[in-house]
Amino acid sequence: MKVLRDTWLIFQRHILLMVRSPLWVFLGIAQPVVYLVLFAPLLKPALQSMGATSMLDAYRVYVPGMLVALAIGGGLYVGFGLLGDLANGVIERSRVTTVSRVALLLGRALRDVVTVVVQSLVITVLSLPFGLITNIGNILLGYAILALISLAAAAISYGIAIKVNNPNVLGQVINNVAQPLMLLSGTLLPLALAPLWLRTIADYNPFNWAVTGMRALYAGNPGDTHVWGSLVFCGAVVIAAVAWSASLFARSVK
Amino acid sequence: MIKTKGLKKSYKTRQKRKTTSVDAVKGIDLDVAEGEIFGFLGPNGAGKTTTLRMLATLIPVDEGEATIAGANLRTDQAQVRRSIGFVAQGGGTTDDVTAREELILQARMYGLSRTEAATRAEEAIAAFDLTEFADRKCKTYSGGQRRRVDIALGIIHRPKVLFLDEPTTGLDPQSRAHMWDEIRRLRANGMTVFITTHYLDEADALCDRIAIVDHGEIVAEGTPDELKREISGDVVTVGVGELSEKAAEVLKDQPFARGVEVRDDGELRLNVDAGDTAIPQIMRTLEGAGVPLSTIELHRPTLDDVFLTKTGRSLRD
Repeated sequence: MKVLRDTWLIFQRHILLMVRSPLWVFLGIAQPVVYLVLFAPLLKPALQSMGATSMLDAYRVYVPGMLVALAIGGGLYVGFGLLGDLANGVIERSRVTTVSRVALLLGRALRDVVTVVVQSLVITVLSLPFGLITNIGNILLGYAILALISLAAAAISYGIAIKVNNPNVLGQVINNVAQPLMLLSGTLLPLALAPLWLRTIADYNPFNWAVTGMRALYAGNPGDTHVWGSLVFCGAVVIAAVAWSASLFARSVK
Repeated sequence: MIKTKGLKKSYKTRQKRKTTSVDAVKGIDLDVAEGEIFGFLGPNGAGKTTTLRMLATLIPVDEGEATIAGANLRTDQAQVRRSIGFVAQGGGTTDDVTAREELILQARMYGLSRTEAATRAEEAIAAFDLTEFADRKCKTYSGGQRRRVDIALGIIHRPKVLFLDEPTTGLDPQSRAHMWDEIRRLRANGMTVFITTHYLDEADALCDRIAIVDHGEIVAEGTPDELKREISGDVVTVGVGELSEKAAEVLKDQPFARGVEVRDDGELRLNVDAGDTAIPQIMRTLEGAGVPLSTIELHRPTLDDVFLTKTGRSLRD
Protein backbone atom coordinates (compact mmCIF):
# COMPACT_ATOMS: atom_id res chain seq x y z
CA MET A 1 0.00 0.00 0.00
CA LYS A 2 2.74 2.40 0.98
CA VAL A 3 4.49 1.73 -2.31
CA LEU A 4 1.35 2.59 -4.24
CA ARG A 5 0.64 5.72 -2.22
CA ASP A 6 4.22 6.95 -2.52
CA THR A 7 4.36 6.10 -6.21
CA TRP A 8 1.23 8.18 -6.78
CA LEU A 9 2.83 11.03 -4.82
CA ILE A 10 6.03 11.05 -6.86
CA PHE A 11 4.07 10.51 -10.08
CA GLN A 12 1.92 13.59 -9.39
CA ARG A 13 5.01 15.69 -8.79
CA HIS A 14 6.56 14.65 -12.09
CA ILE A 15 3.37 15.14 -14.06
CA LEU A 16 3.18 18.62 -12.53
CA LEU A 17 6.73 19.36 -13.65
CA MET A 18 5.94 18.15 -17.14
CA VAL A 19 2.81 20.26 -17.44
CA ARG A 20 4.76 23.29 -16.23
CA SER A 21 7.13 22.90 -19.16
CA PRO A 22 5.05 23.68 -22.30
CA LEU A 23 7.96 23.10 -24.68
CA TRP A 24 8.36 19.59 -23.34
CA VAL A 25 4.68 18.85 -23.94
CA PHE A 26 4.76 20.44 -27.40
CA LEU A 27 7.86 18.55 -28.55
CA GLY A 28 6.53 15.35 -27.07
CA ILE A 29 3.45 15.61 -29.26
CA ALA A 30 5.35 16.92 -32.29
CA GLN A 31 7.77 13.99 -32.33
CA PRO A 32 5.38 11.22 -33.41
CA VAL A 33 3.78 13.55 -35.97
CA VAL A 34 7.19 14.23 -37.49
CA TYR A 35 7.95 10.51 -37.57
CA LEU A 36 4.70 9.82 -39.34
CA VAL A 37 4.97 12.66 -41.87
CA LEU A 38 8.63 12.14 -42.75
CA PHE A 39 8.60 8.39 -43.06
CA ALA A 40 5.24 7.94 -44.71
CA PRO A 41 6.31 8.65 -48.34
CA LEU A 42 9.03 5.98 -48.11
CA LEU A 43 6.87 3.32 -46.66
CA LYS A 44 5.34 1.52 -49.57
CA PRO A 45 8.53 0.97 -51.58
CA ALA A 46 10.58 0.23 -48.46
CA LEU A 47 8.21 -2.30 -46.95
CA GLN A 48 7.46 -4.34 -50.07
CA SER A 49 9.84 -6.99 -48.78
CA MET A 50 7.44 -7.52 -45.88
CA GLY A 51 4.51 -8.05 -48.17
CA ALA A 52 3.09 -4.57 -48.15
CA THR A 53 1.31 -4.06 -51.40
CA SER A 54 -0.91 -1.11 -50.49
CA MET A 55 -0.47 2.01 -48.39
CA LEU A 56 -2.70 0.52 -45.71
CA ASP A 57 -0.51 -2.58 -45.59
CA ALA A 58 2.56 -0.40 -45.32
CA TYR A 59 1.03 1.51 -42.41
CA ARG A 60 0.08 -1.73 -40.70
CA VAL A 61 3.73 -2.71 -40.74
CA TYR A 62 5.24 0.69 -40.09
CA VAL A 63 3.04 2.20 -37.40
CA PRO A 64 3.35 -0.62 -34.83
CA GLY A 65 7.13 -0.62 -35.34
CA MET A 66 7.29 3.12 -34.96
CA LEU A 67 5.23 3.00 -31.77
CA VAL A 68 7.65 0.49 -30.27
CA ALA A 69 10.59 2.64 -31.40
CA LEU A 70 8.92 5.59 -29.71
CA ALA A 71 8.46 3.61 -26.51
CA ILE A 72 12.04 2.32 -26.46
CA GLY A 73 13.57 5.65 -27.47
CA GLY A 74 11.31 7.75 -25.27
CA GLY A 75 12.07 5.50 -22.32
CA LEU A 76 15.81 5.14 -22.79
CA TYR A 77 16.56 8.87 -22.85
CA VAL A 78 14.70 9.82 -19.67
CA GLY A 79 17.85 9.25 -17.61
CA PHE A 80 19.06 12.72 -18.49
CA GLY A 81 16.25 14.22 -16.46
CA LEU A 82 17.40 12.27 -13.44
CA LEU A 83 20.99 13.54 -13.71
CA GLY A 84 19.76 17.05 -12.89
CA ASP A 85 17.91 15.86 -9.82
CA LEU A 86 20.93 13.86 -8.70
CA ALA A 87 23.14 16.92 -9.05
CA ASN A 88 20.87 19.40 -7.29
CA GLY A 89 20.16 17.15 -4.34
CA VAL A 90 16.48 16.40 -4.95
CA ILE A 91 17.11 12.66 -4.96
CA GLU A 92 19.20 12.83 -1.83
CA ARG A 93 16.52 14.87 -0.11
CA SER A 94 13.99 12.18 -0.96
CA ARG A 95 16.28 9.42 0.19
CA VAL A 96 16.55 10.71 3.75
CA THR A 97 12.78 10.61 4.07
CA THR A 98 10.86 7.43 4.70
CA VAL A 99 9.46 7.45 1.17
CA SER A 100 9.52 4.09 -0.62
CA ARG A 101 12.58 3.71 -2.84
CA VAL A 102 10.62 1.71 -5.40
CA ALA A 103 8.20 4.64 -5.55
CA LEU A 104 11.04 7.06 -6.31
CA LEU A 105 11.70 5.03 -9.45
CA LEU A 106 8.13 4.05 -10.36
CA GLY A 107 6.66 7.51 -9.85
CA ARG A 108 9.08 8.91 -12.39
CA ALA A 109 8.94 6.00 -14.80
CA LEU A 110 5.13 6.01 -14.86
CA ARG A 111 5.23 9.65 -15.91
CA ASP A 112 7.36 8.45 -18.84
CA VAL A 113 4.84 5.71 -19.56
CA VAL A 114 2.08 8.32 -19.66
CA THR A 115 4.15 10.37 -22.11
CA VAL A 116 4.56 7.40 -24.43
CA VAL A 117 0.91 6.43 -24.22
CA VAL A 118 -0.18 10.00 -25.01
CA GLN A 119 2.20 10.06 -27.98
CA SER A 120 0.75 6.76 -29.15
CA LEU A 121 -2.73 8.21 -28.84
CA VAL A 122 -1.71 11.07 -31.12
CA ILE A 123 -0.51 8.57 -33.69
CA THR A 124 -3.63 6.50 -33.34
CA VAL A 125 -5.79 9.55 -33.98
CA LEU A 126 -3.67 10.57 -36.97
CA SER A 127 -3.95 7.04 -38.37
CA LEU A 128 -7.74 7.03 -38.26
CA PRO A 129 -8.14 8.46 -41.81
CA PHE A 130 -6.04 5.60 -43.21
CA GLY A 131 -8.43 3.01 -41.83
CA LEU A 132 -5.66 1.57 -39.67
CA ILE A 133 -7.81 1.09 -36.59
CA THR A 134 -10.33 -1.68 -36.93
CA ASN A 135 -10.65 -3.08 -33.43
CA ILE A 136 -10.42 -0.97 -30.30
CA GLY A 137 -9.60 -3.98 -28.12
CA ASN A 138 -6.52 -4.77 -30.20
CA ILE A 139 -5.37 -1.18 -29.96
CA LEU A 140 -5.73 -1.17 -26.17
CA LEU A 141 -3.80 -4.41 -25.94
CA GLY A 142 -1.13 -2.72 -28.05
CA TYR A 143 -0.99 0.15 -25.55
CA ALA A 144 -0.41 -2.37 -22.78
CA ILE A 145 2.62 -3.70 -24.63
CA LEU A 146 3.88 -0.16 -25.25
CA ALA A 147 3.41 0.72 -21.57
CA LEU A 148 5.51 -2.29 -20.52
CA ILE A 149 8.23 -1.41 -23.03
CA SER A 150 8.47 2.21 -21.96
CA LEU A 151 8.42 1.28 -18.28
CA ALA A 152 11.28 -1.17 -18.79
CA ALA A 153 13.25 1.27 -20.94
CA ALA A 154 12.76 4.11 -18.44
CA ALA A 155 13.81 1.94 -15.49
CA ILE A 156 16.93 0.85 -17.37
CA SER A 157 17.72 4.43 -18.32
CA TYR A 158 17.37 5.68 -14.73
CA GLY A 159 19.53 2.82 -13.54
CA ILE A 160 22.27 3.63 -16.03
CA ALA A 161 22.01 7.33 -15.17
CA ILE A 162 22.64 6.59 -11.49
CA LYS A 163 25.51 4.27 -12.40
CA VAL A 164 27.38 6.63 -14.71
CA ASN A 165 26.20 9.98 -13.26
CA ASN A 166 27.68 11.95 -16.13
CA PRO A 167 25.71 13.36 -19.07
CA ASN A 168 28.41 12.75 -21.67
CA VAL A 169 28.95 9.14 -20.70
CA LEU A 170 25.21 8.60 -20.37
CA GLY A 171 24.65 9.85 -23.92
CA GLN A 172 27.18 7.40 -25.29
CA VAL A 173 25.88 4.48 -23.26
CA ILE A 174 22.27 5.14 -24.24
CA ASN A 175 23.15 5.50 -27.92
CA ASN A 176 25.06 2.27 -27.80
CA VAL A 177 22.13 0.50 -26.20
CA ALA A 178 19.35 2.15 -28.19
CA GLN A 179 20.56 1.73 -31.75
CA PRO A 180 21.26 -2.03 -31.70
CA LEU A 181 18.12 -2.60 -29.67
CA MET A 182 16.01 -0.75 -32.22
CA LEU A 183 17.61 -2.61 -35.10
CA LEU A 184 17.24 -5.99 -33.41
CA SER A 185 13.61 -5.23 -32.72
CA GLY A 186 12.87 -4.58 -36.36
CA THR A 187 11.15 -1.37 -35.39
CA LEU A 188 11.96 0.82 -38.36
CA LEU A 189 13.98 -1.41 -40.68
CA PRO A 190 12.36 -4.78 -41.34
CA LEU A 191 14.35 -7.72 -40.03
CA ALA A 192 13.23 -9.70 -43.06
CA LEU A 193 16.17 -8.06 -44.82
CA ALA A 194 18.59 -9.23 -42.15
CA PRO A 195 20.98 -12.18 -42.42
CA LEU A 196 20.09 -15.27 -40.45
CA TRP A 197 22.43 -14.70 -37.50
CA LEU A 198 20.90 -11.27 -36.92
CA ARG A 199 17.43 -12.73 -37.05
CA THR A 200 18.43 -15.42 -34.58
CA ILE A 201 19.62 -12.81 -32.10
CA ALA A 202 16.44 -10.87 -32.66
CA ASP A 203 14.40 -13.94 -31.76
CA TYR A 204 15.69 -13.61 -28.21
CA ASN A 205 14.92 -9.91 -28.02
CA PRO A 206 11.69 -9.29 -26.10
CA PHE A 207 11.23 -6.00 -27.93
CA ASN A 208 11.30 -7.80 -31.27
CA TRP A 209 8.54 -10.02 -29.93
CA ALA A 210 6.73 -6.81 -29.04
CA VAL A 211 7.06 -5.42 -32.56
CA THR A 212 5.84 -8.65 -34.12
CA GLY A 213 3.03 -8.83 -31.57
CA MET A 214 2.01 -5.26 -32.28
CA ARG A 215 1.97 -5.92 -36.01
CA ALA A 216 -0.23 -8.95 -35.40
CA LEU A 217 -2.60 -6.76 -33.40
CA TYR A 218 -2.77 -4.14 -36.13
CA ALA A 219 -3.33 -6.89 -38.68
CA GLY A 220 -6.26 -8.06 -36.57
CA ASN A 221 -4.76 -11.26 -35.11
CA PRO A 222 -4.91 -10.88 -31.33
CA GLY A 223 -4.53 -14.66 -30.98
CA ASP A 224 -1.00 -14.61 -32.44
CA THR A 225 1.54 -16.20 -30.07
CA HIS A 226 3.64 -13.05 -30.35
CA VAL A 227 0.88 -11.03 -28.67
CA TRP A 228 0.76 -12.87 -25.39
CA GLY A 229 4.44 -13.78 -25.79
CA SER A 230 5.45 -10.14 -25.90
CA LEU A 231 3.28 -9.36 -22.87
CA VAL A 232 5.00 -12.11 -20.92
CA PHE A 233 8.53 -11.29 -22.11
CA CYS A 234 8.17 -7.55 -21.69
CA GLY A 235 6.55 -8.09 -18.30
CA ALA A 236 9.57 -10.14 -17.23
CA VAL A 237 11.92 -7.42 -18.48
CA VAL A 238 9.92 -4.82 -16.55
CA ILE A 239 10.22 -6.79 -13.31
CA ALA A 240 13.97 -7.28 -13.75
CA ALA A 241 14.60 -3.67 -14.80
CA VAL A 242 12.51 -2.18 -12.00
CA ALA A 243 14.11 -4.41 -9.38
CA TRP A 244 17.61 -3.48 -10.56
CA SER A 245 16.92 0.22 -10.90
CA ALA A 246 15.02 0.53 -7.62
CA SER A 247 17.92 -1.10 -5.79
CA LEU A 248 20.16 1.64 -7.20
CA PHE A 249 17.74 4.31 -5.98
CA ALA A 250 17.96 2.70 -2.55
CA ARG A 251 21.72 2.89 -2.28
CA SER A 252 22.82 5.41 -4.86
CA VAL A 253 25.93 7.25 -3.76
CA LYS A 254 25.66 10.93 -4.67
CA MET B 1 20.86 11.57 21.22
CA ILE B 2 23.62 10.56 18.80
CA LYS B 3 26.10 7.93 19.91
CA THR B 4 28.68 6.41 17.65
CA LYS B 5 31.53 4.02 18.21
CA GLY B 6 34.32 3.38 15.76
CA LEU B 7 32.42 4.62 12.73
CA LYS B 8 34.44 3.87 9.60
CA LYS B 9 34.09 4.39 5.89
CA SER B 10 36.50 3.88 3.04
CA TYR B 11 36.15 4.42 -0.67
CA LYS B 12 37.70 2.48 -3.48
CA THR B 13 39.17 4.61 -6.21
CA ARG B 14 40.78 3.47 -9.40
CA GLN B 15 43.84 5.27 -10.57
CA LYS B 16 46.15 4.09 -13.31
CA ARG B 17 44.59 0.62 -13.24
CA LYS B 18 45.30 0.28 -9.56
CA THR B 19 42.47 0.12 -7.09
CA THR B 20 43.33 1.95 -3.94
CA SER B 21 41.25 2.24 -0.83
CA VAL B 22 40.92 5.68 0.70
CA ASP B 23 39.93 5.81 4.35
CA ALA B 24 37.56 8.76 4.48
CA VAL B 25 36.44 8.17 8.05
CA LYS B 26 38.76 6.24 10.36
CA GLY B 27 36.83 5.49 13.51
CA ILE B 28 34.65 8.27 14.87
CA ASP B 29 33.33 8.16 18.43
CA LEU B 30 30.65 10.67 19.27
CA ASP B 31 28.25 11.36 22.07
CA VAL B 32 25.91 14.22 21.29
CA ALA B 33 23.46 15.19 24.01
CA GLU B 34 19.83 16.05 23.49
CA GLY B 35 19.15 19.70 22.74
CA GLU B 36 22.67 20.79 21.91
CA ILE B 37 24.20 22.27 18.81
CA PHE B 38 27.12 20.05 18.01
CA GLY B 39 29.68 21.19 15.47
CA PHE B 40 31.93 19.10 13.30
CA LEU B 41 34.80 21.44 12.48
CA GLY B 42 37.47 20.61 9.97
CA PRO B 43 38.96 21.43 6.60
CA ASN B 44 37.46 20.25 3.33
CA GLY B 45 38.10 16.57 2.82
CA ALA B 46 38.36 15.81 6.53
CA GLY B 47 35.49 13.33 6.36
CA LYS B 48 32.81 15.61 7.82
CA THR B 49 30.28 15.16 5.06
CA THR B 50 30.95 11.44 4.78
CA THR B 51 30.25 11.03 8.50
CA LEU B 52 27.11 13.09 8.21
CA ARG B 53 25.86 11.11 5.23
CA MET B 54 26.45 7.85 7.10
CA LEU B 55 24.49 9.13 10.08
CA ALA B 56 21.70 10.29 7.77
CA THR B 57 21.36 6.75 6.27
CA LEU B 58 22.49 7.96 2.84
CA ILE B 59 25.57 5.78 2.61
CA PRO B 60 26.21 2.48 4.36
CA VAL B 61 28.53 2.25 7.34
CA ASP B 62 31.61 0.08 6.78
CA GLU B 63 32.39 -0.57 10.42
CA GLY B 64 31.30 0.62 13.82
CA GLU B 65 28.03 1.24 15.57
CA ALA B 66 25.73 4.21 15.84
CA THR B 67 22.52 4.93 17.66
CA ILE B 68 20.42 7.95 16.80
CA ALA B 69 17.47 8.88 19.00
CA GLY B 70 17.56 5.34 20.36
CA ALA B 71 17.45 3.61 16.97
CA ASN B 72 20.29 1.51 15.64
CA LEU B 73 21.66 3.02 12.45
CA ARG B 74 22.56 -0.31 10.92
CA THR B 75 19.52 -2.37 11.78
CA ASP B 76 16.68 0.14 12.03
CA GLN B 77 17.14 2.65 9.24
CA ALA B 78 13.42 3.32 8.94
CA GLN B 79 13.21 4.46 12.56
CA VAL B 80 16.37 6.55 12.18
CA ARG B 81 14.86 8.25 9.13
CA ARG B 82 11.74 9.13 11.08
CA SER B 83 13.80 10.76 13.82
CA ILE B 84 16.18 12.80 11.73
CA GLY B 85 16.15 15.64 9.27
CA PHE B 86 19.01 16.24 6.87
CA VAL B 87 19.89 19.31 4.86
CA ALA B 88 22.64 18.82 2.30
CA GLN B 89 25.14 21.52 1.53
CA GLY B 90 23.52 22.31 -1.79
CA GLY B 91 19.98 21.96 -0.49
CA GLY B 92 17.66 20.09 -2.81
CA THR B 93 14.77 22.04 -4.24
CA THR B 94 13.31 21.75 -7.72
CA ASP B 95 13.46 24.95 -9.77
CA ASP B 96 9.99 24.83 -11.27
CA VAL B 97 7.93 24.35 -8.14
CA THR B 98 7.18 26.65 -5.22
CA ALA B 99 8.42 26.38 -1.66
CA ARG B 100 4.89 25.55 -0.56
CA GLU B 101 4.68 22.68 -3.04
CA GLU B 102 8.06 21.40 -1.89
CA LEU B 103 7.05 21.58 1.77
CA ILE B 104 3.81 19.70 1.11
CA LEU B 105 5.60 17.02 -0.93
CA GLN B 106 8.26 16.65 1.75
CA ALA B 107 5.65 16.23 4.49
CA ARG B 108 3.78 13.71 2.36
CA MET B 109 6.96 11.75 1.69
CA TYR B 110 7.11 11.32 5.46
CA GLY B 111 3.65 9.79 5.30
CA LEU B 112 1.49 12.74 6.33
CA SER B 113 -1.96 13.10 4.82
CA ARG B 114 -2.78 15.80 2.31
CA THR B 115 -4.47 18.09 4.85
CA GLU B 116 -1.83 17.52 7.55
CA ALA B 117 0.88 18.28 5.00
CA ALA B 118 -0.80 21.53 3.98
CA THR B 119 -1.08 22.59 7.62
CA ARG B 120 2.56 21.77 8.31
CA ALA B 121 3.63 23.68 5.20
CA GLU B 122 1.63 26.70 6.36
CA GLU B 123 3.26 26.52 9.81
CA ALA B 124 6.72 26.22 8.31
CA ILE B 125 6.10 29.18 6.02
CA ALA B 126 5.13 31.29 9.03
CA ALA B 127 7.94 30.00 11.26
CA PHE B 128 10.70 30.57 8.72
CA ASP B 129 9.31 33.81 7.41
CA LEU B 130 8.79 32.51 3.89
CA THR B 131 5.39 34.13 3.28
CA GLU B 132 6.70 36.71 0.86
CA PHE B 133 8.01 34.17 -1.66
CA ALA B 134 6.45 30.81 -0.70
CA ASP B 135 4.23 30.77 -3.78
CA ARG B 136 6.92 31.76 -6.23
CA LYS B 137 9.04 29.20 -8.04
CA CYS B 138 12.21 28.13 -6.23
CA LYS B 139 14.43 29.24 -9.10
CA THR B 140 13.66 32.88 -8.23
CA TYR B 141 15.00 32.70 -4.67
CA SER B 142 18.12 34.33 -3.32
CA GLY B 143 20.76 32.20 -1.60
CA GLY B 144 19.49 33.08 1.85
CA GLN B 145 15.85 32.45 0.97
CA ARG B 146 16.72 29.11 -0.57
CA ARG B 147 18.62 28.12 2.54
CA ARG B 148 15.65 28.93 4.76
CA VAL B 149 13.44 26.77 2.57
CA ASP B 150 16.02 23.97 2.80
CA ILE B 151 15.95 24.06 6.60
CA ALA B 152 12.16 24.27 6.66
CA LEU B 153 12.09 21.15 4.46
CA GLY B 154 14.52 19.40 6.78
CA ILE B 155 12.31 19.80 9.85
CA ILE B 156 8.82 19.51 8.33
CA HIS B 157 8.31 16.13 10.06
CA ARG B 158 9.51 17.51 13.43
CA PRO B 159 12.60 15.36 13.80
CA LYS B 160 14.48 14.98 17.07
CA VAL B 161 17.82 15.46 15.35
CA LEU B 162 18.67 17.77 12.48
CA PHE B 163 21.83 17.33 10.41
CA LEU B 164 23.05 20.41 8.57
CA ASP B 165 25.92 20.13 6.15
CA GLU B 166 27.78 23.45 5.92
CA PRO B 167 24.61 25.46 6.53
CA THR B 168 26.06 28.90 5.87
CA THR B 169 28.53 28.26 3.06
CA GLY B 170 28.02 30.81 0.32
CA LEU B 171 25.74 33.08 2.34
CA ASP B 172 26.28 36.80 2.79
CA PRO B 173 27.01 37.95 6.37
CA GLN B 174 23.44 39.06 7.04
CA SER B 175 21.85 35.80 5.85
CA ARG B 176 24.48 33.98 7.83
CA ALA B 177 23.57 35.73 11.07
CA HIS B 178 19.92 35.07 10.27
CA MET B 179 20.67 31.38 9.77
CA TRP B 180 22.50 31.17 13.10
CA ASP B 181 19.43 32.64 14.78
CA GLU B 182 17.22 30.05 13.10
CA ILE B 183 19.47 27.24 14.28
CA ARG B 184 19.48 28.59 17.85
CA ARG B 185 15.71 28.78 17.69
CA LEU B 186 15.56 25.09 16.77
CA ARG B 187 17.70 24.29 19.78
CA ALA B 188 15.39 26.39 21.96
CA ASN B 189 12.57 24.13 20.78
CA GLY B 190 14.46 21.11 22.05
CA MET B 191 15.95 19.89 18.80
CA THR B 192 19.43 18.42 18.65
CA VAL B 193 21.36 20.04 15.82
CA PHE B 194 24.47 18.53 14.30
CA ILE B 195 26.30 20.80 11.89
CA THR B 196 29.47 20.51 9.87
CA THR B 197 31.46 23.63 9.19
CA HIS B 198 34.87 24.80 8.17
CA TYR B 199 34.25 28.27 9.59
CA LEU B 200 36.02 28.87 12.89
CA ASP B 201 33.75 31.70 13.93
CA GLU B 202 30.67 29.61 13.22
CA ALA B 203 31.92 26.75 15.38
CA ASP B 204 32.88 29.21 18.08
CA ALA B 205 29.76 31.35 18.15
CA LEU B 206 27.05 28.84 17.34
CA CYS B 207 28.05 25.46 18.73
CA ASP B 208 27.66 24.26 22.29
CA ARG B 209 30.25 21.61 21.70
CA ILE B 210 32.54 20.84 18.81
CA ALA B 211 34.66 18.02 17.54
CA ILE B 212 37.64 18.97 15.44
CA VAL B 213 38.16 16.50 12.62
CA ASP B 214 41.14 16.03 10.40
CA HIS B 215 41.92 13.16 8.02
CA GLY B 216 38.87 11.22 9.12
CA GLU B 217 39.60 11.34 12.84
CA ILE B 218 38.50 13.45 15.76
CA VAL B 219 41.57 15.24 17.08
CA ALA B 220 39.88 17.27 19.82
CA GLU B 221 36.46 17.55 21.37
CA GLY B 222 34.80 19.83 23.87
CA THR B 223 33.12 23.20 24.26
CA PRO B 224 34.86 25.97 22.33
CA ASP B 225 36.09 27.46 25.63
CA GLU B 226 37.40 24.16 26.91
CA LEU B 227 39.30 23.58 23.70
CA LYS B 228 40.83 27.02 23.78
CA ARG B 229 41.76 26.65 27.44
CA GLU B 230 43.35 23.32 26.65
CA ILE B 231 46.08 24.88 24.58
CA SER B 232 46.58 27.12 27.64
CA GLY B 233 47.73 30.63 27.86
CA ASP B 234 47.61 33.63 25.59
CA VAL B 235 49.76 34.88 22.76
CA VAL B 236 51.38 38.31 22.86
CA THR B 237 52.84 39.75 19.68
CA VAL B 238 55.40 42.53 19.97
CA GLY B 239 56.62 44.83 17.26
CA VAL B 240 60.21 46.03 17.81
CA GLY B 241 61.29 46.81 14.28
CA GLU B 242 64.81 45.64 13.41
CA LEU B 243 65.61 44.57 16.93
CA SER B 244 63.45 41.45 17.14
CA GLU B 245 66.41 39.06 17.48
CA LYS B 246 67.81 41.02 20.36
CA ALA B 247 64.39 41.30 21.97
CA ALA B 248 63.89 37.57 21.67
CA GLU B 249 67.24 37.05 23.34
CA VAL B 250 66.33 39.09 26.44
CA LEU B 251 62.77 37.80 26.70
CA LYS B 252 63.34 34.11 26.34
CA ASP B 253 64.87 33.67 29.81
CA GLN B 254 62.11 35.55 31.60
CA PRO B 255 59.92 33.38 33.85
CA PHE B 256 56.63 34.56 32.30
CA ALA B 257 57.64 33.61 28.75
CA ARG B 258 56.85 30.02 27.91
CA GLY B 259 57.93 30.32 24.34
CA VAL B 260 59.38 33.01 22.14
CA GLU B 261 59.38 32.95 18.37
CA VAL B 262 60.51 35.45 15.75
CA ARG B 263 58.20 35.25 12.79
CA ASP B 264 59.19 35.77 9.20
CA ASP B 265 57.69 39.24 9.14
CA GLY B 266 59.93 40.28 12.04
CA GLU B 267 57.16 40.16 14.57
CA LEU B 268 57.85 38.61 17.93
CA ARG B 269 55.40 36.06 19.32
CA LEU B 270 55.36 35.10 22.97
CA ASN B 271 53.36 32.33 24.58
CA VAL B 272 52.43 33.37 28.07
CA ASP B 273 50.17 31.98 30.78
CA ALA B 274 48.20 35.16 31.28
CA GLY B 275 48.49 37.99 28.84
CA ASP B 276 47.16 40.73 31.11
CA THR B 277 49.97 40.34 33.66
CA ALA B 278 52.64 39.49 31.10
CA ILE B 279 52.25 42.66 29.06
CA PRO B 280 53.61 45.08 31.73
CA GLN B 281 56.48 42.68 32.42
CA ILE B 282 57.37 42.46 28.72
CA MET B 283 57.32 46.24 28.44
CA ARG B 284 59.56 46.66 31.49
CA THR B 285 62.01 43.99 30.33
CA LEU B 286 62.39 45.48 26.87
CA GLU B 287 62.76 49.02 28.20
CA GLY B 288 65.45 47.79 30.61
CA ALA B 289 67.32 46.23 27.70
CA GLY B 290 67.08 49.41 25.66
CA VAL B 291 64.77 47.96 23.02
CA PRO B 292 62.13 50.49 21.94
CA LEU B 293 58.69 49.00 21.57
CA SER B 294 56.46 50.09 18.69
CA THR B 295 53.42 47.81 19.09
CA ILE B 296 52.15 45.22 21.54
CA GLU B 297 49.07 43.08 21.09
CA LEU B 298 47.35 40.40 23.12
CA HIS B 299 45.66 37.46 21.41
CA ARG B 300 43.33 35.10 23.17
CA PRO B 301 43.67 31.68 21.57
CA THR B 302 41.23 30.92 18.79
CA LEU B 303 39.95 27.60 17.55
CA ASP B 304 42.46 27.98 14.76
CA ASP B 305 45.23 27.89 17.39
CA VAL B 306 43.63 24.72 18.72
CA PHE B 307 43.59 23.26 15.24
CA LEU B 308 47.18 24.31 14.71
CA THR B 309 48.27 22.72 17.98
CA LYS B 310 46.46 19.47 17.24
CA THR B 311 47.30 19.03 13.58
CA GLY B 312 50.36 21.20 12.96
CA ARG B 313 48.46 23.08 10.28
CA SER B 314 46.23 26.10 10.24
CA LEU B 315 42.62 25.71 9.19
CA ARG B 316 42.87 28.98 7.31
CA ASP B 317 45.50 27.64 4.91
